[in-house]
Amino acid sequence: MTASLDVEGLAFAYPDGHQALFGVDLRIERGERVALLGPNGAGKTTLVLHLNGVHRAGAGRVEVGGLEVTRENVQEIRRRVGIVFQDPDDQLFMPTVADDVAFGPANFGVTEPELSLRVKEALDAVGVAELADRSPMHLSGGQRRRAALATVLACDPEILVLDEPSTHLDPVARRELADVLLGLDRTMLMVTHDLPYALQLCPRSVVIDGGVVVADGPTRDLLADADFLAAHRLELPFGFALD
Amino acid sequence: MAAGHAHPLYRAGDSVVHRLPAHVKIVVAFLFVLAVVATPREAFAVFGLQFLLLVGVWVAARIPPGWLATRALIEAPFVVLAVLLPFFATGPRVEWMGMSLAVDGLLAGWNILVKGTLGVLVSVTLAATTPLRDLVSGLSRLRVPSMVCVIATLMLRYLEVIAAEARRMRLARVSRGHDPRFVWQLGATVRSVGALFLRSYERGERVHLAMLSRGYTGAMPAFTTASASTATWSLALVPAVVAALLAVSGYWVA
Repeated sequence: MTASLDVEGLAFAYPDGHQALFGVDLRIERGERVALLGPNGAGKTTLVLHLNGVHRAGAGRVEVGGLEVTRENVQEIRRRVGIVFQDPDDQLFMPTVADDVAFGPANFGVTEPELSLRVKEALDAVGVAELADRSPMHLSGGQRRRAALATVLACDPEILVLDEPSTHLDPVARRELADVLLGLDRTMLMVTHDLPYALQLCPRSVVIDGGVVVADGPTRDLLADADFLAAHRLELPFGFALD
Repeated sequence: MAAGHAHPLYRAGDSVVHRLPAHVKIVVAFLFVLAVVATPREAFAVFGLQFLLLVGVWVAARIPPGWLATRALIEAPFVVLAVLLPFFATGPRVEWMGMSLAVDGLLAGWNILVKGTLGVLVSVTLAATTPLRDLVSGLSRLRVPSMVCVIATLMLRYLEVIAAEARRMRLARVSRGHDPRFVWQLGATVRSVGALFLRSYERGERVHLAMLSRGYTGAMPAFTTASASTATWSLALVPAVVAALLAVSGYWVA
């Protein structure tokens, strides 16, 4: 079976010479939920921006649903990889939530009447249908985050990539977002520093540090290994312990 | 339209004027202003009639005059200029209440005052009956280059984000005892303006990245906007056509 995401030997150096990735291998099967963990500067964001062709691999290759990321098919790749960015204010730029949700599918050639249907389905999936005509400026943090998620869901992506989905959310909004994500039934790659969130949402975790994958296994096992976590500048919040 | 993105110039309503498609209103407002500008300045009565036409539109749109008047105050600086002209212009002069006023200056001042006022009132009427986002989509329907419309859309959205950021930065300065009273104490404020510029620039890059990730290729997708029937156009054009006829009649009067 084709994997949702298949990254092989991916290496990348920024134009200023700073090498961020030194051969990353990562395979995510359809329907998996995987957490991508690692300290600041480990190369997480650089890896994410390779998945939808913003960065082009220096060496190695990236395949999404069996389609290799190349210059020619970058548009289809961007439809297949739905990135939800860390700050919803960066993602929500249209005057109303509904316009914003329609932006992606419209770019990918979806037209009316299907477009309205997509917008409605996406807003329903994250539970913010009543916010369709509101301006993103006047939403709460949790609503904004879910609206940003809807903008990506409307593109019907093969894999959902979430960059720090729980930052700036109060505990209730954080839990509500988890409920929404668990109910989506989609392949997911979640970049996060919120280790309990990774444990709650993702059965499998991949740890990257210094531009390479240093661990790949069940989230619970990884988070229970205090020495391993310490070696890669990761730690559970105060009061948490796993056996 | 939801109140979520109300702006101070917009007055929510469901009148016939509110319901007109935005691009129709933009064209009508533009033609009306052209007619006003083309009216000879000596045709005093014509301006009165054009004003009455506008009053008719306000009645149809149910906008109270006081509401409009406060928003038309933006014109005030130009009024000052118009008032000064009769004192400083050269040429034949008339005596009025012990003051010597230039005839040409009086007419020039009147010209600025009356055309400016009518122009501002037309613009405020347009803004009062059309939500901002509809204005932008109306412009794009009128074939305004899409890049201009994208810039306008982004500006509408991020002006508030940047203003909120500026407020937070100011609060953080004030909370640390910053209380600029003299020009030489403005340094911190100036530096935070610089920081705000850099932050906004970086946000622009992130927004662009997020747009690219959702398939943006440089052209905004064409969202369908309501088209206007011939009947709608005919009805909406009435004030503009009447204003234009009045302007033409002004050349006979004057």
